Amino acid sequence: MLRIRDLRTSVEGKEILKGIDLEVKAGEVHAVMGPNGSGKSTLAHVLAGRDGYQVTGGDVEFLGQDLLDLEVEERAHKGLFLAMQYPVELPGVNNLTFLRESLNAVRRARGEEEMDAVGFMKLVRRKADEVKLDHKLLKRSVNAGFSGGEKKRNEILQMAMLEPRLAILDETDSGLDIDALRTVADGVNMMRSPERALIVVTHYQRLLEYIEPDHLHVLAGGRIVHSGGKELAFELEERGYGWLLEENAA
Amino acid sequence: MSVPEQQMDELVRSEYKQGFITPIESDTLPPGLDEGVIRAISEKKGEPEWMLEKRLVAYRHWLTMPEPQWSSLHHPPIDFQSISYFSSPRPKDGPKNLDEVDPELLETYEKLGIPIDEQKALAGVAVDAVFDSVSVATTFRKPLAEAGVLFCSMSEAIREYPDLVRQYLGKVVPHKDNYFAALNSAVFSDGTFVYIPRGVRCPMELSTYFRINEAKTGQFERTLIVAEAGSHVSYLEGCTAPMRDENQLHAAVVELVALEDARIKYSTVQNWYPGDAQGRGGIYNFVTKRGDCRGDRSHISWTQVETGSAITWKYPSCILRGKDSVGEFYSVAVTKGRQQADTGTKMIHIGENTRSTIVSKGISAMQGSNAYRGLVRMTTGAENARNHTQCDSLLIGDRCSAHTYPYIEVKNPTATVEHEATTSKVGEDQLFYCRQRGLSEEDAVSMIINGFCKEVFKELPMEFAVEAQKLLAVSLEGAVG
Ligand SMILES: Nc1ncnc2c1ncn2[C@@H]1O[C@H](COP(=O)(O)OP(=O)(O)O)[C@@H](O)[C@H]1O
Ligand SMILES: [Mg+2]
Repeated sequence: MLRIRDLRTSVEGKEILKGIDLEVKAGEVHAVMGPNGSGKSTLAHVLAGRDGYQVTGGDVEFLGQDLLDLEVEERAHKGLFLAMQYPVELPGVNNLTFLRESLNAVRRARGEEEMDAVGFMKLVRRKADEVKLDHKLLKRSVNAGFSGGEKKRNEILQMAMLEPRLAILDETDSGLDIDALRTVADGVNMMRSPERALIVVTHYQRLLEYIEPDHLHVLAGGRIVHSGGKELAFELEERGYGWLLEENAA
Repeated sequence: MSVPEQQMDELVRSEYKQGFITPIESDTLPPGLDEGVIRAISEKKGEPEWMLEKRLVAYRHWLTMPEPQWSSLHHPPIDFQSISYFSSPRPKDGPKNLDEVDPELLETYEKLGIPIDEQKALAGVAVDAVFDSVSVATTFRKPLAEAGVLFCSMSEAIREYPDLVRQYLGKVVPHKDNYFAALNSAVFSDGTFVYIPRGVRCPMELSTYFRINEAKTGQFERTLIVAEAGSHVSYLEGCTAPMRDENQLHAAVVELVALEDARIKYSTVQNWYPGDAQGRGGIYNFVTKRGDCRGDRSHISWTQVETGSAITWKYPSCILRGKDSVGEFYSVAVTKGRQQADTGTKMIHIGENTRSTIVSKGISAMQGSNAYRGLVRMTTGAENARNHTQCDSLLIGDRCSAHTYPYIEVKNPTATVEHEATTSKVGEDQLFYCRQRGLSEEDAVSMIINGFCKEVFKELPMEFAVEAQKLLAVSLEGAVG
């Protein structure tokens, strides 16, 4: 589904990603871990197509197409979803309106019919219950004044509504209490399907107690320095990142 | 991480869709202004002597006045002798019935989306169509007359209802009020007269559509709305002009009078030609609008969506004389390219328990400059009067500017005045977020801007709220960075 080959990316002239190779197949869940500043968010953003990230080498194939050639919204239409580390506030933009416009934009782009108001409301209520998002938040402005946990649940709700082929969750677990963490993990587990892949970026292995990844990668200094199965998470818990970094430097 | 400036300019160069010229013969006075010109205007309109006298008094006063310099606007001096003060499409010389309206004009209004053919018109909206200096048609007068509502051009009102006009004209905005009001009082051409009798709720929305067509002419509209005790009226004006390289002057005066328990809702969707991206051409819009809440519990509400004009200088105001009277001002002002707006309101609290609300939303893009200038005055008699002002600015890109100049004067210790102001930017992060969820950049901007303007749009009559949203979307197409 996703094949990243030797991806190099600079931000403001500084090379951040120094050659990433990663292959993700449909049905798989990959975890990406690594210390702060190692380039995890940069990788997520460059896959989503954000301005300001200059790809200086390598290529990315997504569902058989050159991903890096597509506009941000085209990537979204093709089924790429990014749950952001810092969800953005949109004051004055109603959360329901935003969800509906997004869903319909994606549906239109896929040649599907727009969803009518009744169908949409039913769906959104059900999904909001699944991610334990207070219905009151649906009527508020997108993320405006939401608590950290509410923002992350809102991201999960958007993901559940848009049903992406590939979802990248960038530290969706950061700053959450254990209840919120469980909800987010449940949301992710619900999304697991043979047609879908997930990349879960996390700073802590705590989340991996609830989401079992098929593969785990450690990103450090803009490179994937180690890949393994879920058992790697426990090793990291015991030994930290230090040994991997040293191993890599050596 | 902003889009390079040059790229942004290309994005922002959205079309002005009303910029066409109607090829029509016109009777146009040669440029220039003197007493002879004023006599000629008055004569063309078949005015009584007293009206001519009023004009001449205003003109002589205007000659003694300096042009105001206090606003934040910059423009080369206006050459008042290079403007033609009267232009009328030939050969019709006033609103008759629709059969007599030149087909070119009918087509013009149709193209603008304002059909003045009653069959095609928006249900429930009566239109007075003003083309250059004259009203060319006024629709639905019959059903309105049956309700006792007078709705006609100002020229006609001066001839047909001289007593009413004499009683009210120039009483809310006297000719000495300011430079442009004096000029307007001397040379005004046409506009709309509305009179709602006691206790009548006007059965339709009333509206005037102002169109400037002729080159090198100014438009000097004059509108008067009188709402007798217990009456209600909602009125809307729209404005457009062709794209021309020279600047054209629009200097209007609007007066509203609300008696006891009367309610006037006055909405404006202003889309005069704003000039091109280099600042060539566009309308200079110098407008004096004032409402007199004369009666107890009277209510005047101004709502404006200002997207056009090279320069906007406009402060729709309320004099809250009656006890418990209410004044409101809801405004969205957009400046892009080289547009400049200096707009706001004055709320003058005189009566007890008077209340006013001000909601101003300024949007600036490219090199647009947007200033809110508002006065809230609580006079000694304004016992327990209250004002709330919310003044928000939204910036798109790095070269635009927004300023707020609130003036607050409180002479009564029981009065309360609240002022809140915010400035925000349409961020690259917001646009990325929206696009990542599948929205196009245009839709994202329009969604963010509509969210920003929501409190004002909800004050517009429903039929026009949608129009205003679309207009804003067109006006700011791609104005991101
Ligand atoms: N907008 C930016 N401008 C400059 N440097 C940036 C920017 N975004 C990220 N960086 C730098 O890139 C590196 C990787 O950051 P990031 O991808 O956010 O790491 P992580 O998500 O793993 O914590 C850091 O050194 C950070 O300072
Ligand atoms: Mg990060």
